[in-house]
Amino acid sequence: MVFTRDGKSTPVLDDISLEVADGEFVCLLGPSGCGKSTLLSTMAGFLSPTSGEIKIDAEVVHGPDPRRIFVFQERGVFPWLTVEGNIDFGLFHLPAAERRQRVAHYVKMVGLEGFEKAYPPALSGGMKQRLEVARALAVNPDMLFLDEPFGALDSITRLVMRGELLRIWEAERKTIIFVTHDIDEAVQLADRVVVMSARPATIQQIVNIDIPHPRDISSPRYLELRDGIFQQIGLAHKI
Amino acid sequence: MNSLAEPKKWEKFFWPVLATALFLALWHYSVVWTATKIFPSPLDVKKGVAELIHKKVLWRDIIDSLRRVAIGFGAATVIGIPVGLTLGWYPAANKVVNPVLQILRPISPIAWIPVAIILLGVGDHAATSLIFVGALFPIIVASVDGVSNVPSVFRLAGRNFGLGPARLLTRVVFPAALPKIIVGLRIALGIAWLVVVAAEMIAVDSGLGYLVIDSRNSGKRYDLVVAAMLIIGLIGLILDSGFRWLEKIKSVRWGFRDES
Repeated sequence: MVFTRDGKSTPVLDDISLEVADGEFVCLLGPSGCGKSTLLSTMAGFLSPTSGEIKIDAEVVHGPDPRRIFVFQERGVFPWLTVEGNIDFGLFHLPAAERRQRVAHYVKMVGLEGFEKAYPPALSGGMKQRLEVARALAVNPDMLFLDEPFGALDSITRLVMRGELLRIWEAERKTIIFVTHDIDEAVQLADRVVVMSARPATIQQIVNIDIPHPRDISSPRYLELRDGIFQQIGLAHKI
Repeated sequence: MNSLAEPKKWEKFFWPVLATALFLALWHYSVVWTATKIFPSPLDVKKGVAELIHKKVLWRDIIDSLRRVAIGFGAATVIGIPVGLTLGWYPAANKVVNPVLQILRPISPIAWIPVAIILLGVGDHAATSLIFVGALFPIIVASVDGVSNVPSVFRLAGRNFGLGPARLLTRVVFPAALPKIIVGLRIALGIAWLVVVAAEMIAVDSGLGYLVIDSRNSGKRYDLVVAAMLIIGLIGLILDSGFRWLEKIKSVRWGFRDES
């Protein structure tokens, strides 16, 4: 993947080869600006690779598709629609009864009961993010792309949201590709962590997280895996 | 009273009423002290308003002015919003048209009066077309601005959910641009109300603008002139309040103040 701007070309991604299984939870982890979001946007079909291709279910990706929904870092919900209106947004091709039923189901799943008629400005950051996940799930996609979805939240809300996301993932078993620069977040959530280098990004290492959920984040295995990634990225463990 | 303190209920009314009373007093005593024979005092104007209401021409004039504004502003809205949305949607087209727009935009609608009269004659059409010209540009500019500032995440999300171009425009781009468009409409309506008075002074023989010029020409009735001016101001205020009320609707309120 090479970006060209003002006549200068910047290689962003180089020689990326990654295979993701159905129902898997994969985290792309790397330093800020390394190109992990670019990789995610390319997978989602928002960008076309300068060379190589993205294949999903043996089909080359040529553009965005409702079977694979992208969840943006923040402010991806539509502020002119209510909570219900947002969840209903992608359901325009369905009969009214089915739409109502799905909206009610996902309002409940993300815990926004009582806020159905509220507009996003009245919601907290965590609620907006849950709403965006509900909007994505309502169209019953095969895959979710999450681009640092909890990056703008405070650390307590972030922790709660990780638990929520895992609960939803275990209920729905979507394939999830999750971009983050937070090592703990990656090790807490993912089946596999893809560690990326600085730009032009290459895959440095793929770490299998072989701890069953719910994960004990003070267990020796957790700390061992986390410290391994710390060293891989080249961070000292003392501040 | 500091600016952080919540004003008490009586204060909300007391200070504006006091300011208005002071203004009227200043006006009244300026007239008395200068002993002017031309400019009316507030009491004369009050009698003037009563006289206008009594003669019943006032309602006809108000309705004529409002009708002209409704036609000119309505046509500018119906044409300006789609044109603005299109230009905002196709930046290439906007680049082509923009220089012409930017040259036409700063021309005062008043300067169009001779052109309007040559093309359309003295009459209603000249007046409404002036209002149309005055209102059109702010609406186009606001719509272009609104569309080109729609955050890309909204467009990407819309495409991601499988929306075609038509649905993307009506369900994402238009609602996302609506707060800016409403601001443009509000500015345009203010201009329309300014222009109708000027147009009626020259091009027609009815309406509030005509009332102002006619009160002067037929007997130098400055009490009626100022009475008509006050009525123009009051109706302008009511029209603007209507738009302020529109901005409070929940599906557009996110676009105003610091709400997001």
